[in-house]
Amino acid sequence: MASALKRMAAALNRHRWLLMRRTLQILIVLAFIVDIPELGRIAHGNLSSSLWFWNVPLTDPFVLLQSLLAGAPLAKTALIGAAIVAGFYAFFGGRIYCSWVCPINMLTDAALWLRQKLNIKGNLTLSRELRSVLLVMALVLSVITGTLAWEIINPITLLQRELMWTSSAGLTFLAALFLFDFLVSRRGWCGHLCPVGAFYKYLGHYGRLRVTALKSDACAGCSDCIKVCPEPHVLAPVVAQKALAVTDSDCTRCGACLDKCSSGALSMKLDFGGKSAFRGIPIVKS
Amino acid sequence: MTKPSAQKESLAVKYGIEQPARRKAFKRVFRHLGVAVLGTAVAQAAIFSRPARAAKILRPPGALPEKAFDSTCIRCGLCVKDCPYDILKLASWTDPAPLGTPFFVARQDPCRMCTDIPCVKACPTGALDPLLTDIRKADMGVAVLVDHENCLNYKGLTCSVCVRVCPIRGEAISLKPIQNERGLLQIPTVNPDKCTGCGTCEKHCVLSEATIRVLPRELGLGVSGANAAGRGVW
Ligand code: SF4
Ligand code: SF4
Ligand code: SF4
Ligand code: SF4
Repeated sequence: MASALKRMAAALNRHRWLLMRRTLQILIVLAFIVDIPELGRIAHGNLSSSLWFWNVPLTDPFVLLQSLLAGAPLAKTALIGAAIVAGFYAFFGGRIYCSWVCPINMLTDAALWLRQKLNIKGNLTLSRELRSVLLVMALVLSVITGTLAWEIINPITLLQRELMWTSSAGLTFLAALFLFDFLVSRRGWCGHLCPVGAFYKYLGHYGRLRVTALKSDACAGCSDCIKVCPEPHVLAPVVAQKALAVTDSDCTRCGACLDKCSSGALSMKLDFGGKSAFRGIPIVKS
Repeated sequence: MTKPSAQKESLAVKYGIEQPARRKAFKRVFRHLGVAVLGTAVAQAAIFSRPARAAKILRPPGALPEKAFDSTCIRCGLCVKDCPYDILKLASWTDPAPLGTPFFVARQDPCRMCTDIPCVKACPTGALDPLLTDIRKADMGVAVLVDHENCLNYKGLTCSVCVRVCPIRGEAISLKPIQNERGLLQIPTVNPDKCTGCGTCEKHCVLSEATIRVLPRELGLGVSGANAAGRGVW
């Protein structure tokens, strides 16, 4: 009994970051669709723009940027909302959005999980820079066409609308996205194509929340962290002992590396550039 | 004084083993630029060939003209949420309007013309113009009696439901007598300057397909003045 509990606690501990971010992601989805008795709904609108706790406006800076480029006039509420969101991600790190907020992340993570379970090897290799290309395209197209170009297909708000009205027209696209990640390209969408992720990457370029290798001498050298990372290249400098922390803004702060690492070599830290003894993580090649 | 790595690179380049890093970077940038230009051209064509908004798609009160609305509305649905009568919906892929924009269909559920206009107050972007404070100045479209042949009042009956349900009856729509071979008819007549396009008349028309319909103004109204057609060579 006690040992079963202990094993469960250990299992929970091994998935603590995953559980935390799944909880937040699900709570955010529910906040938009569930009415709490007495209180009503916590969040109104959708991830383009929303009103939280009946007072706090939040606006997606990427959607607003498209709108402004398409020729929209400035509007106070939307600007305040976008400033709050942009400020948060610029300070802590942009792609926190991807791992902790975006509902599509659950879909693509599920696709990857199934892919690994069924041991599917076939993979269409894409450049990770394609998403930046798509980002530039979305912005240029907004200027040319006068409409919010990415919002014509953006699966993030599409998913929210489908949930709210349980319509099925957009489900085919979401299903296609799932199948693409599942069968065609490993981490194809979030790792290579999504311009929203690219936008947040650039927005959070100087983000201060970082995976840090302070206790590097505790590392057992298994390199498991790299295997579970959705953007493995970000850990490379740390592993090659060239950096103390993950500074590449592709890092989504999902904590997969922290969950995986049993040695405690890595931690998530607010990093203001303070110096400390750095020895890097020895990775032993087998 | 060259660093060893630079020296190595230049040697490799000299013997044609490797391209210099800078040329590689240029190639990469140009390849991506190519993808971007091609993709933009194709996507732009696709966007421009989207079908136009259907005539039955009406925008909430205070909506900017369609083009400006398309660029200003960020598809958040806050107006949808705050409409107490739940008439609004954000367009899905099967609706004949730009994806994610709010609309209502008069025949299904007309705008009730709330005096406090909560939809406009909810809009964070000004796509629903905050300067609209009097709902009677709203312009969602204009009611047009599109089918005289089937309108019961034109047949000499006194249905007049459209007139009786109008929230600004007497001003936006009223009965005007016409004498013809059938006798004295009471014709529902819309005053386009007063009609807000709320769609209540269309909703309540007793026929199985409404004979009075709200249309976007540019479809529903003529404009006085001379038409050039037939008057010149071109
Ligand atoms: S990459 Fe795009 S779809 Fe994936 S989690 Fe980030 S914002 Fe969402
Ligand atoms: S005026 Fe009232 S009924 Fe009409 S769209 Fe706005 S909130 Fe809904
Ligand atoms: S509240 Fe304004 S920006 Fe949001 S969907 Fe409605 S019209 Fe568009
Ligand atoms: S649409 Fe019909 S009901 Fe509404 S204001 Fe115009 S005439 Fe009246």
